[in-house]
Amino acid sequence: MGREIIVNPVTRIEGHAKITIYLDEKDMVKDARFHVTDFRGFEKFCEGRPFYEMPGITSRICGICPVSHLLASAKACDDLLAVKIPRTAELLRRLMHMGQIIQSHALSFFYLSSPDFLLGLDSEPSKRNIMGLAEKYPEIAKQGVWLRKFGQSIIETLSGRRIHSSDWIVPGGVKTPLSKESVEKILADLPKAIGIALNSIELFKKNMESFKNEMRDFGDFPTYYMSLVTEDGGLEHYDGNIRILSPDGKVVADRLDPSKYFEYIGEAVEDWSYMKFPYLKNIGYPDGAYRVGPLARLNNASYCGTEIADGLLKEFKKLGKNGIIQNTFMYHYARLIEIVFCIEKVKELLEDPEILSTEVQAKASLNKREGVGVIEAPRGTLFHHYKVDEQGRITWVNLIIATVNNNIAFNKAVAQVAKKYVNGKKLNEGMLNRVEAVVRALDPCLSCATHAIGEMPIRIQLYDHNGRLIDEVARG
Amino acid sequence: MSKTVELTIDGKKVAAKEGDNILKVARENNIYIPALCYLEGVSSLGGCRVCVVEIRGSPKVFASCVTPVAEGMEVITDSERLRRYRKWAIELLLAERPHVCSVCVANGNCELQQLATELGVDHLRVDRKWTNYELDLTHERFAYDPNRCILCTRCIRVCDEVEGVHAIDLMLRGKNSKVIFDLDDKWGFAESCTSCGKCSAVCPVGALYVKGKPLSEVKKKELVSFVMSRRSEKTIG
Ligand code: SF4
Ligand code: SF4
Ligand SMILES: [Fe+2]
Repeated sequence: MGREIIVNPVTRIEGHAKITIYLDEKDMVKDARFHVTDFRGFEKFCEGRPFYEMPGITSRICGICPVSHLLASAKACDDLLAVKIPRTAELLRRLMHMGQIIQSHALSFFYLSSPDFLLGLDSEPSKRNIMGLAEKYPEIAKQGVWLRKFGQSIIETLSGRRIHSSDWIVPGGVKTPLSKESVEKILADLPKAIGIALNSIELFKKNMESFKNEMRDFGDFPTYYMSLVTEDGGLEHYDGNIRILSPDGKVVADRLDPSKYFEYIGEAVEDWSYMKFPYLKNIGYPDGAYRVGPLARLNNASYCGTEIADGLLKEFKKLGKNGIIQNTFMYHYARLIEIVFCIEKVKELLEDPEILSTEVQAKASLNKREGVGVIEAPRGTLFHHYKVDEQGRITWVNLIIATVNNNIAFNKAVAQVAKKYVNGKKLNEGMLNRVEAVVRALDPCLSCATHAIGEMPIRIQLYDHNGRLIDEVARG
Repeated sequence: MSKTVELTIDGKKVAAKEGDNILKVARENNIYIPALCYLEGVSSLGGCRVCVVEIRGSPKVFASCVTPVAEGMEVITDSERLRRYRKWAIELLLAERPHVCSVCVANGNCELQQLATELGVDHLRVDRKWTNYELDLTHERFAYDPNRCILCTRCIRVCDEVEGVHAIDLMLRGKNSKVIFDLDDKWGFAESCTSCGKCSAVCPVGALYVKGKPLSEVKKKELVSFVMSRRSEKTIG
């Protein structure tokens, strides 16, 4: 029966997020663990398949950010073909990527998280969702819906309505060029998009004040940060090199070749979770914990490279020590700044004179036996690494999913919240809400974080020091 | 000159060449009978059982692609029973090997998938078989994924009867049957294969295909009619 699960990639990310909390002899929280899905089966499933099926297959890992997998996979395939894709193809891929980040961040912020802090963490769970938001703040809800649609419409425009976008990004480039009408159509929406994005930043800043107290225990801890940056350290999502920042804000590694990730990233395994625990090799496990995603990218980036976002980044960096911000809550803020950046980038890309060129695909056959593709997905650095046999059949796959990079951080964040809110042997509602909120801020790409609007299917178990289950709450 | 016979299909009076099969005659008269293994221009197999019809006066159903027309015959192409049988035929084909359309090259361009949609196959009532045949990507231009093959033998017939090469055949029996090249050689090393591509053009599913292109790009259907038009030129000529 296991096989059946494996071949239906979508079920790979279904199920409840399970959290266990361990108490010590004095019934104080000792540790917490966040258990998630098993991607290993997925890697196994790909074995024997032709490499060129990988973009299509892996984009089914996730219904929320299929474009991320498509891009990382296509880049790994480019590597197998040993081709440099035409410049226009890269522009178009980047354009789709921007659309993807906008829609994914809008989903995370407006649909999933803003109810938490606009309606309050202790508000009625059945109302703490986009519907509840629409009741109380109809304008904001409407804007959120619009912004997400805007991101999606970019993806749709590029790939064409009828084709699933998995057919559009192909090894060697993309399938079809962009039309002049499409460029104009997207350009026309940009002012509104920027307006909404800036508006929500104002809103967030206003609300940040009232969360001051909450924030202290909201996943506020030092870790390393990893992300791609441009040649000279700017914000980057599609290409570039890996930069690693230490917990005190120093660049400890720079210009690392992303395709050599295995030289600096180790993947630890724990028997209580199917998800691996990536860590920085030179620091060791678990001290080499790092975070990825919007917060990591902004911490890492020396600049954005677009006008408005650059101003926002400067302001953002002032909030932290040495320009580095450790609070998990600030992932939300970072996401909003990235939305602005992406919208500005969309404009830049659309105004590139070569965007309409019809040279969009390099044709080649298999030239290498190993390929790596790395991008910054909305949730963080995403690695696709394939090995193939002489016929081009996959013999080995390693995927480091963005969410997985944050695995250690998830556990730390949950433990911190638990320490503050679990007292005695009982789990209370306030605790559940906060665990939910901190998990959401890290925005794991699990369908459990998104499928039921507002209410995250979550199960928390409390164990005493003898390993006895003493309380359990579940929702969803 | 062959004789002409008269029969009715769904109550419509039609004239046909003696010896022609019901399916061909129905199609010539714009009467639709779903079919899968049938391929105009090559011999009929009667394997998939999707093209079943009823003939008044007989309790049995007949595969229309291998049943010749006869004088006065009354053919019924659509009934609750026929739809039920056809649906089963498609379900069994889908269950026989792992068909995961969402990641298949043929997705959106596959005759099996089309028929499944048409006949309302939204789930399978039998357990699926998860075969794990090795893919053959040795040919420079074509790929062969036995895990999607429905054993319709179109490729075999077109290779034998149109290209005149017979580089493809079937080995083993029943559900273990497998399409092979030469004497179960890897495609890229099958000496009799002329690399003409007819087989991949007529394969109704994602089992044989041109490498490096999703089928949505290949437009299989157009290729099929192209191959078939060449075929009629040949026979007429
Ligand atoms: S061959 Fe057809 S039915 Fe089978 S997986 Fe491919 S598209 Fe689906
Ligand atoms: S390979 Fe295609 S054409 Fe040949 S028997 Fe299988 S399904 Fe039919
Ligand atoms: Fe995802």
